[in-house]
Amino acid sequence: MAATVDARGLSCPQPVLMTLDEIRTGREPEIEVRVDTDTSKENVSRAAESQGCTVKGVEPDGDGYRIFIARK
Amino acid sequence: MGKNWFATRWGIIGVGALIGVIAALLQKFGNPGNMGICVACFERDIAGAVGLHRAAVVQYMRPEIIGFVLGSLGAAYLFKEFRPRVGSAPIARFVLGVFAMIGALVFLGCPWRAMLRLAGGDGNAILGLAGLTFGVFLGTLFLKKGYNLGRVKATYPSVGWLLPLTMLGFLVLMLIYPQVSGEAKSGVLFYSQKGPGAMHAPLAISLIVGLGIGFLAQRSRFCTMGALRDLILFKQTHLFGGFVALVVFAFATNLVVGQFHPGFAGQPVAHTQHVWNFAGMMLAGLAFALAGGCPGRQLFLAGEGDGDAAVFVLGMIVGAAFSHNFGLASSPKGIGAHGMAAVVVGMAVCLFIGFTMRKTAKSA
Repeated sequence: MAATVDARGLSCPQPVLMTLDEIRTGREPEIEVRVDTDTSKENVSRAAESQGCTVKGVEPDGDGYRIFIARK
Repeated sequence: MGKNWFATRWGIIGVGALIGVIAALLQKFGNPGNMGICVACFERDIAGAVGLHRAAVVQYMRPEIIGFVLGSLGAAYLFKEFRPRVGSAPIARFVLGVFAMIGALVFLGCPWRAMLRLAGGDGNAILGLAGLTFGVFLGTLFLKKGYNLGRVKATYPSVGWLLPLTMLGFLVLMLIYPQVSGEAKSGVLFYSQKGPGAMHAPLAISLIVGLGIGFLAQRSRFCTMGALRDLILFKQTHLFGGFVALVVFAFATNLVVGQFHPGFAGQPVAHTQHVWNFAGMMLAGLAFALAGGCPGRQLFLAGEGDGDAAVFVLGMIVGAAFSHNFGLASSPKGIGAHGMAAVVVGMAVCLFIGFTMRKTAKSA
């Protein structure tokens, strides 16, 4: 199972705050983050990697993206 | 999909460095001292050009601002990032824009100008940057507690076009009613005959520089408030790299062209009331943090279709009108007659917004 963070429609820094919150407090090995701007995609990916997580993939999703993050 | 090089560490540093060099050179071409680019001052000049305030020394339709929005629009379309969106508490963003401008005009500059003032040797900028940092820090406290203006919704592309079209309209007005030497008015537009509003680079240079920076800043997400916020909130130095690069390269350029004059007194378009330099930028910094971007970033966001950022921009222009009509703005002689009261009221309004507009993480 992967945890899902829906950050669509939210602007900086909310998507990053929500992703970091899930990384720190969640238990699922994988996290799927949904965003709808390229800036959020870059920021969330950068923040996840700064926490030692791996961005396994990014898929287009309608007007936005799904970012798949694996815990270290 | 290709990697966006401008959003890498070296990309943001490169863009910051380029803005630093170009801003310093714009002064050589005619822009005011330590004001090669100042988003707050230039939006204030635009408010004057269209007569929203009648401070005779700060009236000019600044092409740099027009270029920022249109350059960002071009980049957003070219890279398929134009996303028309609105609906994240626009009235709150308008009010934040008003008080962001009021605070910035107590200090006399936006974050970009605070850095350019520092790079030109103006010691008063240290107080302004300290105030800005403290204001952003206050903003991060609200963000940690769940402050959030809510989600946007996708909308018609034409909604995202409204601010760029407004800017295009301003440019057309400027071409129809160009500055006439010795005249305070040309058609419907006001032009300063003396003071900072009378100091400007040639229209073509200002416009091309604005378009170029707008394009690059959209690609790199350059944001001075974000630089401080991410450093404080996440210990992340990505955007801060661009911030430092701007100061260092503007400083180096100033040294080369003889524009570095260290000191506190007698600096161009600046005053030495330390407490109010700090407090003005504290108010501005808090307003920027609550609105999610520095004045420059709001222009670039507006260019890529963010209607709420556009409302913030309009708030800043209206805030400039209030600043000069009500005697809130500072001048080289010192703060305005009601500048202190404006900072107090502005802080109260920002705190009201910060304390009352929050959701828990789960309900967001």
